[in-house]
Amino acid sequence: MKVTVDINGERHEHDVEPRTLLSDFIRHDCGLTGTHVGCEHGACGACTVQIDGEPVRSCLMLAVQANGRALRTVEGLAPDGELHPLQQAFHERHALQCGFCTPGFLMTLEPAIRDADALDRHAIEEALAGNLCRCTGYEAIVEAAELAAERLRRT
Amino acid sequence: MKPAPFDYAAPTSLDEALALLGDDAKPLAGGQSLVPLLNFRLARPRLVVDLNGVAGLAGIRRVDGALRIGALTRQSALERSAVVADGWPVLRDAVRHVAHAAIRNRGTVGGSVAHADPAAELPCALVALDARFHVRSTRGARTLAADAFFVGPLQSALEPDELLTEIEVPPIAAATLQGFAEYARTHGDFALACAAVVGERVALGGVGPTPLAVTHLDEAHIADPYRRALVAELVRRARA
Repeated sequence: MKVTVDINGERHEHDVEPRTLLSDFIRHDCGLTGTHVGCEHGACGACTVQIDGEPVRSCLMLAVQANGRALRTVEGLAPDGELHPLQQAFHERHALQCGFCTPGFLMTLEPAIRDADALDRHAIEEALAGNLCRCTGYEAIVEAAELAAERLRRT
Repeated sequence: MKPAPFDYAAPTSLDEALALLGDDAKPLAGGQSLVPLLNFRLARPRLVVDLNGVAGLAGIRRVDGALRIGALTRQSALERSAVVADGWPVLRDAVRHVAHAAIRNRGTVGGSVAHADPAAELPCALVALDARFHVRSTRGARTLAADAFFVGPLQSALEPDELLTEIEVPPIAAATLQGFAEYARTHGDFALACAAVVGERVALGGVGPTPLAVTHLDEAHIADPYRRALVAELVRRARA
């Protein structure tokens, strides 16, 4: 089946089986390997992308279901090479080690800090509850989110 | 693991969708329960019928004081609905406990109901609300009360060729106490148990094969002392 998707403003069109997952379509057919595959049942959050600006699990969508839709992946956060404030904050606060979970955290956090007027620590922790990290112990991730939210509020 | 091969159909009308069901076909709504089953090959249907393009299956409306929720309504839409928050806030409180935002952006109200997990939040709240479930097939239409709809763990009364199309919740007097509480090991986890309170009516999840509706906890006949104590505390919190 032919699937045509807009990813980060660019058109991708490929022929896939119905059973092809959106996560695998993004990675293997479209060559965008920033989106990672962890658990394949929606629990870990590593596969999180955005559809219409809202976070979704790409491992729980079929590629054919994304036909005609516009997606954003982690590659879309820094389109011209300049880091998104979230990415910059992650860098400064050492919020990544192996980096495997990081794209999922960024895709989840970006709308959370974008849409909130005031985001306290508890709200950040709650927003992140669906993303698992085995390396950092989460503290640095929460701090990076707080820092990025603060910087976005100031601009 | 990846899904086993299947055929795929994306009907655009309910009649078209109903005609495709029956013979080893699974309907696909939000996919947050079905796709994990496909990914692990615990489900291997011949045909997946994608309902997301079917007109008229999603939406939240107040009709003659009652709440009508289309089965394909996203859980996140239920969470944000002013109509729901205004008249049936127990539903909003319950859906906020469902998994995480990314799951709720795709998961549907009807899908959660049809999946019939005995510890799930939406079935529990809907049982407390005495909801009715509208079902369609090529053979006709029927409406089921909650105790007829939820049959066993992960078992609803839906026949293989039937679709849940709409959930109807009766009006509630404005002063009626409504509350929801659950206990899960971490935020967003599947609940060990949950309780929904609507006036004198209490629904318990995770303590039986289906959500249990009671007016007194003794009626629930919970054998396990831990669960009994847990739900007593959850009911207390739901009422607070």
